[in-house]
Amino acid sequence: MKKLINRQPGRVATWALGLLPFALLLVVYLLASDARLEANPNDKLLPAFSAMGDAIQRMAFEPSKRSGEYLLWADTLASLTRLAIGVGISALMGLVFGIVTGTLPYARAGLSPLITGLSLVPPMAILPILFILFGLGELAKVMLIIIGITPFLIRDLQQRAREIPAEQVIKMQTLGANTWQIILRLVWPQIMPRLISAVRLSLGSAWLFLIAAEAIAATEGLGYRIFLVRRYLSMDVILPYVLWITLLAFAIDFLLARYSRWRYPWFHGSH
Amino acid sequence: MAIIEMNNLWKEYGDQVVLERLNAEVQEGEFVTLVGASGCGKTTFLKMLLGTESPTRGELLLDGAPIPDQPDETRGIVFQRYSVLPHLSALENVMLADELHRHKLIGRAFGGKRKALKDAAMAMLESVGLTQAAGKFPHELSGGMQQRLAIAQALMKRPRILLLDEPFGALDPGIRRDMHHLVLDLWREQGLTIFMVTHDLAEGFYLGTRLWVFDKTRLDPQAPGAYGARITYDLPVGDCDKGTLTAIQEQADATARTMA
Repeated sequence: MKKLINRQPGRVATWALGLLPFALLLVVYLLASDARLEANPNDKLLPAFSAMGDAIQRMAFEPSKRSGEYLLWADTLASLTRLAIGVGISALMGLVFGIVTGTLPYARAGLSPLITGLSLVPPMAILPILFILFGLGELAKVMLIIIGITPFLIRDLQQRAREIPAEQVIKMQTLGANTWQIILRLVWPQIMPRLISAVRLSLGSAWLFLIAAEAIAATEGLGYRIFLVRRYLSMDVILPYVLWITLLAFAIDFLLARYSRWRYPWFHGSH
Repeated sequence: MAIIEMNNLWKEYGDQVVLERLNAEVQEGEFVTLVGASGCGKTTFLKMLLGTESPTRGELLLDGAPIPDQPDETRGIVFQRYSVLPHLSALENVMLADELHRHKLIGRAFGGKRKALKDAAMAMLESVGLTQAAGKFPHELSGGMQQRLAIAQALMKRPRILLLDEPFGALDPGIRRDMHHLVLDLWREQGLTIFMVTHDLAEGFYLGTRLWVFDKTRLDPQAPGAYGARITYDLPVGDCDKGTLTAIQEQADATARTMA
């Protein structure tokens, strides 16, 4: 009899074991929901799947009675736009400052203490300041994402840039490269796949900041909708929305991972 | 004039003396092999030649002038690991030197110019036997192929001095022999001056034209760092018999034991 620590599940068993908790969760929900609805057919806390289906139908496939928009899609578009702008600008700043501070000791000496200090400021604490400075428009919401994740990206990429073996930097110099060429042909290309990893890690925080900002001041967006319908205890809308956000987050992460593998095979081959 | 000249060269880190009173001249075209116990300053000396370490006292001259204190294209290098750039294919690694030289701003060639550089790089890859591997990334190559690629990459810059820091230390014995032939061929063809650090005394004994043994002539067991290493043997290769090899080996082993 093999010890437990040496026993490996097969392919089928791995899938089955992975799906089992999801199935259990579903069954528990169904039982609990049925029990509550039996006691009170108007219960809103654990809506039946049929109720959630109706809500999805209403939010996604019927125009809103008030604005004529298909709310789920309008919310999704608004949120994803904010997320893309916020994460995009953050990634760009992370790349530039990460490379500069990671490569040039003088830049590191001048900028690192400031970046470390800024990264310790809790972003949610300065949300009011953002609303005061940038108003309640799109800019404040995007700024919260930027302020929330940029310091992490810069610090992570600075570290990654410093981890490039000294041998390779020396090698570039013996091949006649100047500082600019070392950045352009050695550091930048090697940092790109690491930027994708860092962005994947920071997406969780980015969603958090996005939904927090939308919850407080917005007129559309996934976070806005959830907090809006909370007033009516509309769990039948909130639960599908949460599932949808989770699915979006998973899809973005999956696509980034796939892109990185396709575009930077050397990075994934040697790790 | 000697290409490399040392006058009373010292290297110290604080009160740790690594090298002391080195005096030697190396002529253009010599192939110097550096051997000795770990911690006897072989690699430190190579770093001074490279420009990443500078002498504490004395002079290290390249063509009669102090050697530049940062790496540049006069001295090529092959390390034991990390010598080639992992994000470039074998061909791109070899093209790099020319691309950096021709295109200062973007360091990359396109179109017709790229074609010309590519042909030169392919010729170099052929001379190290890597034609088949041109399109592969370094991680897809074996250790020996990676080191051949590193040599090809360094030689594209046509350096006058080639520094080899235990370049074959991680390779299988058979592959090592192939690499020795390759290095000797390229050295003769290109008229290089080579400095090679190796752990393997036998390797140093028949490769190259000159053997330097780095060892501590004075050794305080209570303070191994108090005295530095010197060049204890400076032999023309071919002149040394089995007895010398054994004697050097015994001395190096004794030093290594005291320092461990």
